[in-house]
Amino acid sequence: MSERVFMKGCEAIAEAATRAGCRFFAGYPITPQNEIPEYFARRMPEVGGVFVQGESEVASVNMLYGAASTGTRAMSSSSSCGISLYSEGVSYMNAARIPAVYVNVQRGGPGIGAIQPAQQDYLQATKASGNGGFRMLVLAPATVQECVDMTYRAFDLAAKYQNPVLVLTDGVMGTMMEPVELPPMKSDEELAELKAAYHYRAVVGHPLGEAVFCRPGGIGGGWEEINKETVKMYETWDSEVEYEEFMMDDAEIVLAAYGISARISRYVVKALRKEGIKAGMIRPIKVSPFPYEAFDKLDFDRVKGILNVEMSIPAQMKWDIEYAVHGRCPIAESLRSGGELLTNDQVLAAARALAKEVL
Amino acid sequence: MERNLMIAGFGGQGVMTMGKLLAEATSESTDLQVSFFPSYGAAMRGGTANCYVVISDDEIGAPVSNNLDDLVVMNGPSLRKFLPNLKPGGNLFINSTIVDRAEVKRDDIRVIEAPVTQMALDIKNERALNVLMLGVYVAVTDAVPEDVIIKGIEHKFEAKPHLIAPNVDAFKMGIEVGLKEKAK
Repeated sequence: MSERVFMKGCEAIAEAATRAGCRFFAGYPITPQNEIPEYFARRMPEVGGVFVQGESEVASVNMLYGAASTGTRAMSSSSSCGISLYSEGVSYMNAARIPAVYVNVQRGGPGIGAIQPAQQDYLQATKASGNGGFRMLVLAPATVQECVDMTYRAFDLAAKYQNPVLVLTDGVMGTMMEPVELPPMKSDEELAELKAAYHYRAVVGHPLGEAVFCRPGGIGGGWEEINKETVKMYETWDSEVEYEEFMMDDAEIVLAAYGISARISRYVVKALRKEGIKAGMIRPIKVSPFPYEAFDKLDFDRVKGILNVEMSIPAQMKWDIEYAVHGRCPIAESLRSGGELLTNDQVLAAARALAKEVL
Repeated sequence: MERNLMIAGFGGQGVMTMGKLLAEATSESTDLQVSFFPSYGAAMRGGTANCYVVISDDEIGAPVSNNLDDLVVMNGPSLRKFLPNLKPGGNLFINSTIVDRAEVKRDDIRVIEAPVTQMALDIKNERALNVLMLGVYVAVTDAVPEDVIIKGIEHKFEAKPHLIAPNVDAFKMGIEVGLKEKAK
C-alpha cells in the first residue's frame, strides 16, 4: 500500500476509479458531487481517458451506456434528483447487462430537496433504480477509505456479473476529507486483458451478434427468457451479501445503519459500552443484496431492541429490517433528513432512551 | 480522546484554509485519525463560512458536532450563531480585534482573546490572520505538536517557497499569544 494521503471523498472516488481502470467519465454538474467530474476533467487526459460534461443527466447516462458497451471501464456520478433522471438509462443498461459503474452522492429530498447531505434514496437505490424490476449490487461506504476501496471493487463486480453497479454514498462522505491509502494503478496491459475478456459482447466494430452489450435483451430469446436468465444471476448473489457485525457477541441493543450513519453508530456503540450498555451494530456493507440473515439469525431472547439510524425521514432501510425481524423485537428510529445532519449526540440519546425502555 | 473543533468567520478570512491546514498537517505527520468537513451551500457575501475538524486517537464518528470542545470565531455573526454549540468547559477563541468580549454571555467556558486581525495588519501580512489564530489554538489546546503545523506549512507552500517563512513566523507569533493566554 502507498502512503497516507488526505483526500475529499469525491476526489478519492474519482482517483480510485482511475486506478481501477476507468477511462471514460460523463456527468452533469450537481452539488454535492461536483468534485467527482472536476477531478476526472483533470485526470482523464493524463491517463489517455475521456471526460465529457454532458448537456444533461439523460445525455450523460446514455454516454455511459455507450462507452461501457465497448468494454471500456466507464463511470458516471450524480446526486439524488440527478440520479432520478438516470433511471431510464440505468434500466436500459440493466436490460442490456452493461458493466457500468455509477455513483449517487445523496442529498436532501424529495424533489430538488436540499444540496446538503442525506440518505433519502435508499429504496430507489436498492429496489427500483428504474422500471422493469431489475436488481443491482449496491455498495455503501462509511469512510473515505471505503469510498476508495468500494469504487475500485465496483469495476470488478460490474465486469464479473456483466451488470451495472451502484456506489451509494452521501454529501457528508463526498465533501469530507480523511486520510486514505490508494490502491495500485492498473497497467495498460491489465486493462487490455480485461477488455479482451469481454470482446465477444463488446461493440468494437465487428458485426453485431446476438450477445452484444448494446442491444437490450441481446443475451437470449424473448424477454421472459431473458428475465429468467437474469434471475439465475440474482440467485448467485447470496455470495455477494456483505455486512459487518460490530460488538455483536453479547449485544442486547442493536444499532442498524449504513454509510455515514454507520460510522456515527460505531462511535455510539463504543460510548454505550463505556456506560455498561451492551450495544452492537449491524452494518450492511452492500445494501443490495440486503443482509436479511444478519437480522434473522439474532437471538431475540438476548436482543431486546433495534435502533434504525438513517438520514431519511421517513425511515427507508427500516422496511428491510422489519422484513427480517418480523415483529420479534421493537425497532426504534433515530433519523434526520432534508439536509439536516445526524450527530453522535442525537444517536447516543436515542440509543440510551431505547435501552432504558427495553432493558 | 476525541477533539471537536469548529472554525467560523467571514468568507475571505481563511477559515477553510485554517481548518484544512490543521487537518492535513495532522494527517501527514501523526498517526491520529482526523476529518475535515466544510460547510457548503448558498453563501451570502459577508455571511459566515465555517468548517469542522475532528482529531482523535480512535475512529471518528460524525465529522460534525453540536457539542464542540473548541470554537474559533473570527467575526461577530459567528459568535452569535455558534456559541450555543460549545460544550461547558470548552474553549472559545475570539478574534478580539472585531469580536467584542462583552458579547460572550457565558461563564461556563474558557475565553481566549487574540486580536489576530490587528496582529496581521501590524506585520503587514493581512492574510495571515488564520495562521496566527492556528498558532494560538495549538498553544492553548496542544491538539497537535507545533512542528506538525510547521511541516504542514512547508508542505502547503512547497510551490511558493517565499511564503513559507512569513507564515511560519505568523504561526509562531500566534503560539506566543496562546501561551500567554494559557498562563492566565
